[in-house]
Amino acid sequence: MSTRHILLGLLAMGPRHGYDLKHRHDERFPQARPLAFGQVYTTLQRLVRDGLAEVEETGSDGGPERTMYRSTDAGARELADWAGSVTPSAPFVANEIFAKVVVAILSGGDPAAYLAAQRASHMQRMRELTAVKSAKDADLTTVLSADYALTHLNADLRWMTTTADRLATLTAEVEST
Amino acid sequence: MNTTESAHGQPLLAARGLYKAYGSTPALRGASAQLRAGEIVAVTGPSGSGKSSLLHCMAGMVRPDHGQVMYGDEHLAHASEDRLSELRRTQFAVVFQFGQLIPELTAVDNVSLPLILGGTDRRTAHGQAHSWLERFGVLDRAEARPGELSGGQEQRVALARALVTGPRIVFADEPTGALDSLAGEQVMTELTAAARELGAAVLLVTHDATIAAYADREIRLTDGRTGALEVSA
Repeated sequence: MSTRHILLGLLAMGPRHGYDLKHRHDERFPQARPLAFGQVYTTLQRLVRDGLAEVEETGSDGGPERTMYRSTDAGARELADWAGSVTPSAPFVANEIFAKVVVAILSGGDPAAYLAAQRASHMQRMRELTAVKSAKDADLTTVLSADYALTHLNADLRWMTTTADRLATLTAEVEST
Repeated sequence: MNTTESAHGQPLLAARGLYKAYGSTPALRGASAQLRAGEIVAVTGPSGSGKSSLLHCMAGMVRPDHGQVMYGDEHLAHASEDRLSELRRTQFAVVFQFGQLIPELTAVDNVSLPLILGGTDRRTAHGQAHSWLERFGVLDRAEARPGELSGGQEQRVALARALVTGPRIVFADEPTGALDSLAGEQVMTELTAAARELGAAVLLVTHDATIAAYADREIRLTDGRTGALEVSA
């Protein structure tokens, strides 16, 4: 995830303090890891260095000094390029579920039992996410983020179901010979 | 969120050891399932695993070759046709993938029909039908015939017809199967919210895990059999 582009995106709505940006980020991306303040300020300084953002004003209101940042035209172009660019489609997906099934097959374990248990866990998570997005007060970002997670869990589930079917077929073939 | 918490005790509907064959093709080979009051349960499994057969047997639409279906203390497998049709009119409701509305009747007449068949006068029936159509956002289509409705509208009218009698159990067989994914999710959101409000239990057959995730739990069928958990549940 590109923190730099997400901050540029948040600045596109108008000038902001670093403090504001952190809170808006955490609010807009509730399922993501919250940004650390240090990370926000470092990223803002880099954006300024690269000419993508600039300091609007520095004030203190009697408290600690606070710097307000705004996006530059170059920043707006950079943001539009990033948001419109295609993310490379991964040629292969390697993950722990796949690895565990392969290891279970290689070591004479019980991949079918593992797949059934993993399926139950995925379904439980899918029910939780469905409840989150079906809540009456769910905002659009929450719904979209739950949809995204649900779709990926569902892809895992479909792979697990096909794999369980393939294993059952293979076992039946081996036993009948 | 989880209605099973408040629904302990006797199951409302329980199937035990169901066998059913169509000709020489076995559909169910020892399936068991339970549904508690107010609970939403998804029946999932590959195509041909017996999901619809299980729903048909539990709804009293098909008699199993062997096994029991208990609705409270009543044996559905031995119930008379009159009793089964009374149950279907007053306590059970069904929603299918498509084709369940009567094409010659308007939406409001389709929704009123179960009430009128149960002896409600036409005016009262129409009033209740209108409020269910409104609840599902299709009141403006009340005078349309099924052929004039979109797939999503047709399923909303079907939901209204299923719920208008205040059933204790809704049997839904791939209710979103003919809809695109967003329309399907909207129909599921409305069905589950309305069922929870009414306290109706739902037995939902689906092959789609994102639809099954609207339920409180899942019953998984493989080759006409349910897992060991269902037998003892």
